[in-house]
Amino acid sequence: MSSLTAPVPGRLAQWRAALSMDPLALAGLVVVVFLTIIAILGPAAAPYPEQGIGTANVAEAASAPGPTHLLGTDQLGRDVLSRIIVGTRSALGISVAVVALAIAIGVPLGAIAGYRRGRLDAVIMRSTDLALAFPPLLLAMAIVAALGPGLEHAAIALAISWWPWYARLARSTAVSLRERPFVEAARAIGVSDRRIILRHIIPNSLSPIIVQATVDVGTVILAAGSLAFIGLGARAPQADWGLMVAEGRTVILDQWWIPTFPGLAIFIAVLAFNLLGDGLRDRLDPRHRR
Amino acid sequence: MARFLARRLGGSVLVLLGLSMVTFVLARVIPSNPAALYIGPRARPDDIVRVMHQLGLDQPLPFQYLNYLGAVLRGDWGTSIGTKRPVLEEILGRLPASLELIFVAMLIAVPIGIGLGVFSARWRGGAPDLLVRIFSIVGVSMPAFWLALLLQIVFFRQLDLLPLTGRVDADLRFIAPITPLTGFFLFDSLVSGNLTAFVDAARHIVLPAVTLAAYPAGLIARMTRSSMLEVLDQDYIRTARAFGLRRRLIVYALGLRNALPPVVTVIGLTLAYALTGTFFVEIVFNWPGLGTFAVRSLLNVDYPAVMGITLLGAIGYVLINLAVDIVQAWIDPRVRLA
Amino acid sequence: MTEGPLLRVRDLAVEFGTGAAMTRPLDGISFEVGRGEVVGIVGETGCGKTLTGLSILGILPAGAVISRGSIDFDGVDLASLPSRELERIRGRRIAMVFQNPATALNPVFTIRTQIEHVVRRHLELSGRDIRDHVRETLVSVGLPETERVLRSYPHQLSGGMLQRAMIAMALSCGPELLIADEPTTALDVTIGAQVLDLLRRLQESRGFSVVFVTHDLGVVRTVTDRVVVLYAGRVAEEAPTTDLLRAPLHPYSEGLIGAVPRPDRRGRALAMIPGSVPTDPARIAGCVFVDRCPIVIDRCRVERPLVRPVGAADRLVACHLAGERTRRVDFGADPGPESSAAGGGAYL
Repeated sequence: MSSLTAPVPGRLAQWRAALSMDPLALAGLVVVVFLTIIAILGPAAAPYPEQGIGTANVAEAASAPGPTHLLGTDQLGRDVLSRIIVGTRSALGISVAVVALAIAIGVPLGAIAGYRRGRLDAVIMRSTDLALAFPPLLLAMAIVAALGPGLEHAAIALAISWWPWYARLARSTAVSLRERPFVEAARAIGVSDRRIILRHIIPNSLSPIIVQATVDVGTVILAAGSLAFIGLGARAPQADWGLMVAEGRTVILDQWWIPTFPGLAIFIAVLAFNLLGDGLRDRLDPRHRR
Repeated sequence: MARFLARRLGGSVLVLLGLSMVTFVLARVIPSNPAALYIGPRARPDDIVRVMHQLGLDQPLPFQYLNYLGAVLRGDWGTSIGTKRPVLEEILGRLPASLELIFVAMLIAVPIGIGLGVFSARWRGGAPDLLVRIFSIVGVSMPAFWLALLLQIVFFRQLDLLPLTGRVDADLRFIAPITPLTGFFLFDSLVSGNLTAFVDAARHIVLPAVTLAAYPAGLIARMTRSSMLEVLDQDYIRTARAFGLRRRLIVYALGLRNALPPVVTVIGLTLAYALTGTFFVEIVFNWPGLGTFAVRSLLNVDYPAVMGITLLGAIGYVLINLAVDIVQAWIDPRVRLA
Repeated sequence: MTEGPLLRVRDLAVEFGTGAAMTRPLDGISFEVGRGEVVGIVGETGCGKTLTGLSILGILPAGAVISRGSIDFDGVDLASLPSRELERIRGRRIAMVFQNPATALNPVFTIRTQIEHVVRRHLELSGRDIRDHVRETLVSVGLPETERVLRSYPHQLSGGMLQRAMIAMALSCGPELLIADEPTTALDVTIGAQVLDLLRRLQESRGFSVVFVTHDLGVVRTVTDRVVVLYAGRVAEEAPTTDLLRAPLHPYSEGLIGAVPRPDRRGRALAMIPGSVPTDPARIAGCVFVDRCPIVIDRCRVERPLVRPVGAADRLVACHLAGERTRRVDFGADPGPESSAAGGGAYL
């Protein structure tokens, strides 16, 4: 009986247990929630919303951190804290969009490849091999260069170079799931492949995908920041963490706060998603449970 | 072993062919008009037609690809739009600087990563384990370009211990010029007994190498830890204990050897990371390597250069994977003898 | 230290975890092994047989500790010995052979390297002598093609070869006690018989003692002098092998023997013990076998039977009814696969 229905044992309970256990993962979760709130509030959360969006304030250019500007101001006098707060939305937004796009492309392809096997599998998997045969970020950089710099182009490039990971992940779970009794039973009673993939394969591959996605949101923040840093991502006057580090780099020795705090924001965000992802992995992914 | 190598090399060649297609598509198909880009903004229509013919761009794509492939194999990687010099020449000239940096970074990252990972697994669940876990996750979360700036602030601005940028002091060539042999300054200065230059080069490479090592060290520590934990649970480790072998031998010699294959895979992965990671580090430290050239080419839409760099990176990664497989086979007889 | 038994285990208890999650898979085990004697330890899976072997060597799995009792080996209490000194005994004076040689041997080292590690650790030999010693050990266990075996990695050898290599490794330093943990279970029947035969011949010629952990009463009959029957981490019965097989005193022993197919009972259904080993015997107030025993009296539910001699001095049993009944217990014949699947019947 039980083997004929898809096993999804108390996932909510698992999640709750997951987070109550590991203090590091809990810290990650708190920061992620905090960043999400800031991203939603956007400029409204900033002490100087106008400056956050980009209005110059030359009178106070490059002033050190102090009571009026907690993290100081940049060369154009804009409040660094406000710029960071405003930049949260684009950092998280782009990153979530990239991961979502990569999942939307990769998971169906991987699930189909793993479930159907055969020639389709070979074609899909050889193309992921090819995409993953470039060192990380190199393919994305080349694509941005071909499309021209800009935040949207960076996002597209990142998604294109990221989906193969999800295709591989989805394929490996699909391969093992297709032999499981509830899938074989569904096939035996004539359920269509399309329906099996949508109803059985994908829902049951979710755990590892969620774990991977959590870590990847962090990794993509880092990647997008890196692209912005070398000028292949967001462009001025957009409030973007990577771009802010790039803009402040030249004055690192005199106005150290200008590049330091936006970089810290990237670091904290990436760290938080990594901690959360690790905690989830320990709990949700049986292969890593110990 | 010979058959293993032959099979593996054949696979590499196929991957390289595929990669050359991808770079070709990127550079020749996506941009609307490479010829216009080649000549510049003031191109006249008849110039464009002439250049298109010159570059073979008026031929069908499969022919263009074959031409491209043939040229690449002959060592003709095109001419950089930015520097007007052959791309291959530019790349090879800058490669040693980048390779030296990557080499030193891995020399820092691999022992630290493996050491911390083993240590952490040995003291599983204790305070050292927690510290190592935090170290490794910080390492993989740290933006390299930001870490570079922090190190500059601390070690140049605050402590004035290490130089800010560059590969050697600007006036070194007057005091103790390095005789170029391999292009690896540390090596060249050492074999020619040029101690002044060696110390200078070493002082310059510390900060960029540490920056570039952070992510690999974190990832290697992490993989070593989890691989060791898995190995230490195995039956054969229990056997070793049952036969009274010393704990030191069991953990550091036997266990580590068993735990190594996934670690070697990750070392390969981090080496590939370092190939692009060095771009960001080189920019901050003004390191005269491939990275600075690559970023400039990317920003200036210097297609021949971008194509060359992408292809080089891909070749590098293929070689890394090949090396990983060979090391893997050497460590694990089940791979070698399969 | 020449008199008395070689090994004397007294009231041994092993605990896992702490607090409410604490379990005690071994609880008050006592038995002795004489010099040159082969003692079988039998019971179903989960009765604590392997754990008994591991605790003698002090190589319990992570989280497990010896919480009570002593393990007297030739006058030294292994349970309280510092680990450094215990290490010197392991592999040298007490050696162990494991159930599955394919996982018990390290996949990335040759057989030679693995045996050399042991010899180098325990014997004061050097260079050439180590190599010679290793080769001789292998020859002595009857392995053909010694050189090829030594050069091989575990995955290149058959299960039977591996187990012989494992036995060679165990005997390489001339142990006084060999703990054999189901050494034939993972092998094909014919190969298992050869390995068993080899072990018996080696034991007879060298005179070491053996603790033979097994669930196979056929094996018990072939190799052991005396048998300790374990149930749920406790001793159910202890007796000379022939006595036990002829006239078991504990209903559990009787059930085990009844579940073995015998040529003279061909055509008749096998007896089987219903139910399975309790996972948490510490929660049971009376006899731990009470749930599965066909002859339960009220006393069994409230009072735990102690191990006591019944009849002859060498027959020990933990059953209130032992010695008072004449009739054999009736577990009933195996009613068929349906109920055995539902009830999770005894695996033997």
